[in-house]
Amino acid sequence: MYTIKGNTSDWELVIGLEVHCQIISKAKVFSGASAEFGAEQNTHVSLVDAAFPGMLPVLNEECIRQSVKTGLGLNAKINKYSRFDRKNYFYADLPQGYQISQLYYPIVGEGFIEVHTSEGDRKIGVERLHLEQDAGKSIHDMHPTKSFIDLNRSGVGLMEIVSKPDMRSPEEAGEYLRQLRAIVRALGTCDGNMDEGSMRCDVNVSVRKVGETILRDRVEVKNVNSVRFVMQAIEIEANRQVEVYENGGTVRQETRLFDPNNNETRPMRSKENAHDYRYFPDPDLLPVILTDEYIEEIRASLPELPEAKKKRYVSELGLTDYDAHVLTLDVETSRYFEEAMIGQDPKKVANWVMGDLFGYLNKNGLTVSNSPVSAKNLGALVGLIADGTISGKIAKDVFEIMAETGKEPAVIVEEKGLKQESDTGAIEKLIEEILSANQDKVAEIKAGKDKLKGWFVGQIMKASGGKVNPALANQLLDKKLAE
Amino acid sequence: MAFNEETVANVANLARLNLTDEQKQKFAGEVDGILNWVEQLQEVNVDGIEPLVSVTEQTDAIRADVVTDGGIQADLMKNAPESAHGFYVVPKMVE
Amino acid sequence: MTDLINLHISEAADLLAKKEISSVELTRAHLAEMEKGRVLNAYITETPERAMADAEVSDKRRANGESLGALDGIPIANKDLYCTKDVRTTAASKILSNFLPTYESTVTQKLKDAGTVMLGKVNTDQFAMGGSTRTSYFGESKNPWTDANGEYALTPGGSSGGSAAAVAAGLCMGATGSDTGGSIRQPASFCGITGIKPTYGRCSRWGIVAFASSLDQAGPMARSVKDCAIMLESMAGYDKKDSTSVNTPVPNYLSALTGDIRGKKIGVPKEYRMDGMNEDVAKVWDKGIQFLKDAGAEVVEISMPHTKYALPVYYIIACAEASSNLSRYDGVRYTTRVEGATLDDMYKNTRTDGFGDEVIRRILLGTFVLSAGFYDAYYTRAQRVRRLIAEDFKKAFETVDAIVAPAAPTPALSFADMANMDPVSTYLGDVFTTPSSLAGVPAMALPVGMSSNGLPIGLQIIGKHFDENTVFQVADVMEKSAGFNLMPHRVKG
Repeated sequence: MYTIKGNTSDWELVIGLEVHCQIISKAKVFSGASAEFGAEQNTHVSLVDAAFPGMLPVLNEECIRQSVKTGLGLNAKINKYSRFDRKNYFYADLPQGYQISQLYYPIVGEGFIEVHTSEGDRKIGVERLHLEQDAGKSIHDMHPTKSFIDLNRSGVGLMEIVSKPDMRSPEEAGEYLRQLRAIVRALGTCDGNMDEGSMRCDVNVSVRKVGETILRDRVEVKNVNSVRFVMQAIEIEANRQVEVYENGGTVRQETRLFDPNNNETRPMRSKENAHDYRYFPDPDLLPVILTDEYIEEIRASLPELPEAKKKRYVSELGLTDYDAHVLTLDVETSRYFEEAMIGQDPKKVANWVMGDLFGYLNKNGLTVSNSPVSAKNLGALVGLIADGTISGKIAKDVFEIMAETGKEPAVIVEEKGLKQESDTGAIEKLIEEILSANQDKVAEIKAGKDKLKGWFVGQIMKASGGKVNPALANQLLDKKLAE
Repeated sequence: MAFNEETVANVANLARLNLTDEQKQKFAGEVDGILNWVEQLQEVNVDGIEPLVSVTEQTDAIRADVVTDGGIQADLMKNAPESAHGFYVVPKMVE
Repeated sequence: MTDLINLHISEAADLLAKKEISSVELTRAHLAEMEKGRVLNAYITETPERAMADAEVSDKRRANGESLGALDGIPIANKDLYCTKDVRTTAASKILSNFLPTYESTVTQKLKDAGTVMLGKVNTDQFAMGGSTRTSYFGESKNPWTDANGEYALTPGGSSGGSAAAVAAGLCMGATGSDTGGSIRQPASFCGITGIKPTYGRCSRWGIVAFASSLDQAGPMARSVKDCAIMLESMAGYDKKDSTSVNTPVPNYLSALTGDIRGKKIGVPKEYRMDGMNEDVAKVWDKGIQFLKDAGAEVVEISMPHTKYALPVYYIIACAEASSNLSRYDGVRYTTRVEGATLDDMYKNTRTDGFGDEVIRRILLGTFVLSAGFYDAYYTRAQRVRRLIAEDFKKAFETVDAIVAPAAPTPALSFADMANMDPVSTYLGDVFTTPSSLAGVPAMALPVGMSSNGLPIGLQIIGKHFDENTVFQVADVMEKSAGFNLMPHRVKG
């Protein structure tokens, strides 16, 4: 159990995450403007997104479908009746002066995510998923006294996924976030890209003495934009709170900002005034009513999710839990793996993916999606080892060339003449030459010093430039020695 | 219920209005009068009555996921009190 | 020669069709009358050049045998709440006083597509908040009906007071209005004209500056029931850009004007007959009831027990929605701006400077009733009572085809009287109109009689959801029975 030691007591952590996932859709949630990222400022904006007088929202059906899909992926209850509310506050990147969200009747209710940590497997509760619109962007560094407003993101569909306060350690929170990202990516409902902000996380942290059942006041840490930062922010904030309590102070409910450069959290000035969002049902929009048929149709179309995939990798492919976990954390990785393993030994392919491939990609800042070694070629490489065409050692060299040139392994083996020698006549000749040059060692073997056989195999490999299949070399060596 | 000057100040801040003391006093009195008048709703028995949000009963107001709008930067900026390079410009926001 | 100003739309349409008059002549005559009528301050923005251009195009169309129908070439005015492309749209406010929309509201576009000629944008209470046009940033409009001294000292009502004054004075043949809690019907009654608030969802709200989204409805104002029917038929219809507009066919409203209401069952809600009711209004109501009986309708007393709660419910819901709808006027994208050191200062300076007192009062009330700790006691409770009010109508319409009631509790008030009224007293002017607004049912006002001091008094015909036909049918019969002289109340000089 993860605790923080204090002078008066050990403290445990109570953590909940609120994750905003930008929905993958062509158009925005309430307007016909493009939801695409990265366009010129204010060009993916309609009069609705800029909240001109008399403009009205109309719901994009794809955002409903994506939310339901995600809800099903979170093992959650889909609410057949949901509705939109206005969350009222003023900000320059919020043109309407309110955000359309779902407070009272969210589209998705309770569910859970399975996470795996060093302390074992746990189900972390999901409280709800609601659909809402994103705000625009304020740019502060273009002018000394002015901020510039770009509304391209204003009105893009968001799913806010709120966990229960079920997590007890930074590791658990990190795993929850990784798993959630794996799920939405597998479903194709959010690209999960935390760098570009298409997935954003707020963390609620409180601490309590071990054994306490009450929840103490929590602090919301805003905009923690990587798994690593989430774990760091939790640790730092929890330690801060313990220190406050241990020094006789009290933690007040507030919003703080994580500063990774200084490794601290600090109060957000703009949130000092307690907000009163004055939620009320949006009179411009009608309730969303879903039918069982609609939900079942989406359920039937769901792709295999990471958790199910992982279990299948273990039971059907014989992978270890760890390997299966790593290969299913990311839909691109599992897709790569499954393509590479066609016709090959899955375990061997898994080793290559997690070993040489990941090593190379990490070193060069690449991912499986832009890997120079295609899944098909990696599978072919494993195949060349399996059928004895090349040795495992040569394969490492071939892999390096594949990574540099993107060529097929068979072509490389051919071009470089790396094919393993399997002409027994030629090998026998080679062995004979080595034996005759080392008669003293032959005598020693015959006298019972069996270990020297390994030395001979090494000599054979060396003389052949590694092209001899070691098993074959052993076999032929035995034969010659017995003559 | 007393809608006093303090309440007015708080509500005016939420609504981003800047009232003088004189205005606060005036509006506090007027809004308090209105609130006293609407107090009569307390006498209605609303047990078990669902709030009526919309008189429209249809539910098929939904759009296909097609990009039909955008690319109107010049139109958006046409009435702007301050803009530059296709951005709206506001006093610097601090965080 | 025909006096072009005196014509109804239906009459002018006939003459245009017969090519006895041209749209250019008709438009020119109205532009001249507008100049004469400036004392009424009915228009915020006049668009004479555009009107003449539209009229010429209309005449050409007609000459080519391509007339667009009864409204082709008819000069009308638009309430300045409707966004009109390239024509300033102010909502009678300072904050939008320079706003030039790049788009056209669905309803005004439909009227354009029907060939109408727009003469200009008419006055309203600021953001449609009020019943007198006194809250307009551009000053109040005057009722063309004068007081006992012959002075233009009376309010035309509101919020569609500019529309009503312009229609009544012959400064246009018809006008768009909008009705949130009575803003078409009360000014129609004050100015002696006709106006209908159709069923909520019948007309698109797209492009109309929003006041209270769950209540706002567009509607026509004119000088006859028939003219309103002609206009509404063009204005109505499903719009996929407005989620609350209803996807149901628009019937042929003119065909409803059969002149026969024999056997129709008309309800008279006893709760509308209030203590201390204005005697003139009560008399005209009785007269109207008698007209219906004489025409063969069966008039029955009905009970709508939650009527008295409609006003407070209305003010809570309308102000709550308005407080949120008006948040977008923030000095960033299209409103006036008053600078400030910080963003919040700029917001506050801009909004305080740009909104009038009545708007601020309603924003304060609306913000308060939605705020933490008060939401359930005020807003949710108001919504529950709203359901009870809607159910009163539902129940009533199980037995009757239509309801007849006064449109306003008094004839037009004088500005002098209104100056001394507190907000609640002015809100009482909506007592007969807010119940049907809350229920979303269609209701039409038409002039039926006169007060003892010579001012018009209107009645309302209220119908079932999407049954504007019965409303028109009954109103048409009452209009004929009343024989009210719906000639323009011409401005002297």
